[in-house]
Amino acid sequence: MEKSNSSSPRPRIGVYVCHCGLNIGRTVDCEKVAQKAANVEDVQIARDIAYACSEPGQQSIKADILEHGLDRVVVASCSPRLHEPTFRQMVQSVGLNPYVLEMANIREHCSWVHQNDPDAATEKAIDLTRMAISRARSLTPLEPDTLPLTPRTLVIGGGVAGIQAALDLADSGFEVVLVEKKPSIGGMMATLDKTFPTMDCSI
Amino acid sequence: MTDVGRHPRIKLYTLSEVVDVTGYVGNFTAKILKKSRYVDEKACTACGDCAKVCPVVRPDAFNYGLSSRKAIYSPFPQAVPSAYVINASECLGHNPAVCAKCVEACSKGCIDFHMSDEEITETVGAIVVAAGMDVYDPTEMDEYGYTRFENVVTSLEFERLINAGGPTRGEVVRPADRMRPKSIGFIQCVGSRSARKGGAYCSNVCCMNTIKSTLALKEHYPDMDIKVFYMDIRAFGKGFEDLYTRSRRLGVQYLRGLPGTVEETPEGGFRVAVENAASGAVIFYDLDMLVLAVGMKPPESARKLQEMLGLQLTPDGFFLEAHPKLQPVDAATRGIFYAGCAESPKDIKDSVTQASAAAARAIRLMHKGEILTDPITSEVIADQCKSCGRCAEVCPYHAITVDVQKKTAAVVNTAACAGCGTCAAECPFDAIIMNHFTDTQILNQVDALLAEVPQEKILAFACNWCSYAGADYAGVSRLQYPPNVRLIRTMCSGRVDEKFIWEGFAKGAPVILVSGCHIGDCHYIDANHWTKKRIEKIHKKMAKRGIRPERLQLEWISAAEGIRFSDTMHRIEALRQTVTASEIADTINMLKPTY
Ligand SMILES: Cc1cc2nc3c(=O)[nH]c(=O)nc-3n(C[C@H](O)[C@H](O)[C@H](O)COP(=O)(O)OP(=O)(O)OC[C@H]3O[C@@H](n4cnc5c(N)ncnc54)[C@H](O)[C@@H]3O)c2cc1C
Ligand code: SF4
Ligand code: SF4
Ligand code: SF4
Repeated sequence: MEKSNSSSPRPRIGVYVCHCGLNIGRTVDCEKVAQKAANVEDVQIARDIAYACSEPGQQSIKADILEHGLDRVVVASCSPRLHEPTFRQMVQSVGLNPYVLEMANIREHCSWVHQNDPDAATEKAIDLTRMAISRARSLTPLEPDTLPLTPRTLVIGGGVAGIQAALDLADSGFEVVLVEKKPSIGGMMATLDKTFPTMDCSI
Repeated sequence: MTDVGRHPRIKLYTLSEVVDVTGYVGNFTAKILKKSRYVDEKACTACGDCAKVCPVVRPDAFNYGLSSRKAIYSPFPQAVPSAYVINASECLGHNPAVCAKCVEACSKGCIDFHMSDEEITETVGAIVVAAGMDVYDPTEMDEYGYTRFENVVTSLEFERLINAGGPTRGEVVRPADRMRPKSIGFIQCVGSRSARKGGAYCSNVCCMNTIKSTLALKEHYPDMDIKVFYMDIRAFGKGFEDLYTRSRRLGVQYLRGLPGTVEETPEGGFRVAVENAASGAVIFYDLDMLVLAVGMKPPESARKLQEMLGLQLTPDGFFLEAHPKLQPVDAATRGIFYAGCAESPKDIKDSVTQASAAAARAIRLMHKGEILTDPITSEVIADQCKSCGRCAEVCPYHAITVDVQKKTAAVVNTAACAGCGTCAAECPFDAIIMNHFTDTQILNQVDALLAEVPQEKILAFACNWCSYAGADYAGVSRLQYPPNVRLIRTMCSGRVDEKFIWEGFAKGAPVILVSGCHIGDCHYIDANHWTKKRIEKIHKKMAKRGIRPERLQLEWISAAEGIRFSDTMHRIEALRQTVTASEIADTINMLKPTY
């Protein structure tokens, strides 16, 4: 069971199918994917777009969001591992919560791996987009929490690495607790005479 | 180093170890055990009057026993803090009646035999693990005769021998007879790159360290005959090739092949047998002294720190980073960072670079004075919770507290929750919402996927960090596989709820794949153990209900395994073709009543 959204009005979803130049467009019939998406319930607008992530691409999506009062956005393009932050920022810049964005991966998981079967790739892209729309429908805005924090760092080990980290932190204004198990800091470096590549003294 | 001792914002605890850490990113509480030094660190001026009168003489561990020191001593001349220290197990004078000569000798009155160990508690927002490394002990490599032959030394002992501040003031002599060797052989990869002894990895610095030593030797002793026995010379860093070329130009001989045996000659030198890799012929070399280029191994305290801080280690025993390319200094646990050799063998430059990166990552976390939690966390619906405690049991981050006795509802600490979703998948009462990966959101995807011609499709769950990334990698590599698979992304395979599987089969899925990080590589410590257990449990239920268990597959696919992903897709498609229409219809019928 989950929090019910039944009282809220129907979601207004925009769907953008990216060609990624020829990366997707050569294999997947992006126009058809957009047409299919347009017929899905709650979708206000669906269209294909040359490069969704480009400045003009983002501008046109943002204009749509404002014009059509969209509250969910689906971008069918590359992997969310690549451009999810980009598109989250895009929707945020026109006042939407970043978590109402959803992506369908029709490049890495589709056009690139089914290059020899454009029809099946297009069918798959349609499915992946439909799945993304159905997920988008139930997305809810999320807000990060803020918690107090202790601006100090514990550094375990006082070799050259621990020393450098401690000094960088301390010189930047942060307190450091440096813990070294031996009677002196220095670690391995303290035992070396000359060190490569400079061949000068180590301490 | 001295900057650390003086810095107003650095609190330095030496002779100390962290014994316990509790809490979470932003607010960790660390318990530190500070062993007694018996010398007042602040008052001691390191005049050394005490050591002059101390009657106890011991081998100096700093010089690997190549020299001696007293029971009260300074670790080394540039030590920080510079204060002397008493080794309590060597000192006679715990009872002042017995000795206590140093107490009288110290005019500042720094020495106090009643000083005791202290336990200190510190609160911190971030932790940098910089526990360094240990050096391989080659005693077990009997073929090189270390410890059997006095004139076989490790590269580390050699460092002390050639050090102007070392026991011989920088004169290179043989330990056995203090004779200056006319010829020296270096043996590379001792304890490295071997499946048999030491580590299987390359220790990264020993080639360059040997090259450095040959240059130092040639500077002091231009006529010395120097031979280096090696597998490959790894001189890949900036400026390294120059040093290698210079060493060869100065006449150092680099010979490919590691010695099979080392025999001592009556003069205290060695006869070294090396097989020529190309011809198979064994060639003998006579050398006065041998230096073993010992590799690095994980620090002795790695396992203890790993357990204390909830970290992960690689199979080699070094600390595992959150992502080998994109998060090389972060631990998977938020707020903990790595610096230096603790993470992997590296030289000083790389250690310093990583340390600065770790400091920057810690500052990035702390600079606002508050911490933003990622909202992809779980949430308990209090009225639905039956306080069974299951969620707290499975959470890899101990982020959930629930009082099973008092029957109070579970509470998620959102700062500690990493968002794997295992709790939501395991809660028997559906009392947990996994934000951004809710049941509804995922079930919606399953239903959309199977809305049309489900019998032709493959439903696959993939975790964000490994398997989904592996599928991306297959794409980048343009590996072609059957086009009927559709992936559903979850952050962790641990999120894949049993009900998603039943929903899939009930809606006509012929086969279902669950994929995640390999066991031991889970981005969420070990959440995928629960995935494995859950799948095993579902397999049993499937068998009981007359559904072929093979129709539910579990596969571990890493982010680098594009080929494995593609192969898996081919395999699953072959499996799908074995599932008949009537089999699917039976399953749908069988599962109907439960829905
Ligand atoms: C023989 C040899 C020669 C080398 N020569 C060179 C060279 O010429 N040039 C070069 O660039 N690099 C050289 N290196 C590599 C260099 O020594 C390392 O890169 C460097 O020392 C790594 O620093 P570190 O701080 O990570 O680790 P370390 O120097 O090992 O320091 C770790 C520190 O942490 C402390 N510690 C460990 N566990 C704990 C704990 N649980 N609690 C508290 N404290 C703890 C240790 O006592 C130690 O002081 C050489 C290495 C070897 C072995
Ligand atoms: S750095 Fe050189 S000597 Fe050391 S393990 Fe690697 S290859 Fe062997
Ligand atoms: S598993 Fe579910 S019911 Fe059990 S304690 Fe956790 S939230 Fe409550
Ligand atoms: S989502 Fe994962 S990390 Fe968060 S509370 Fe649940 S089990 Fe723990």
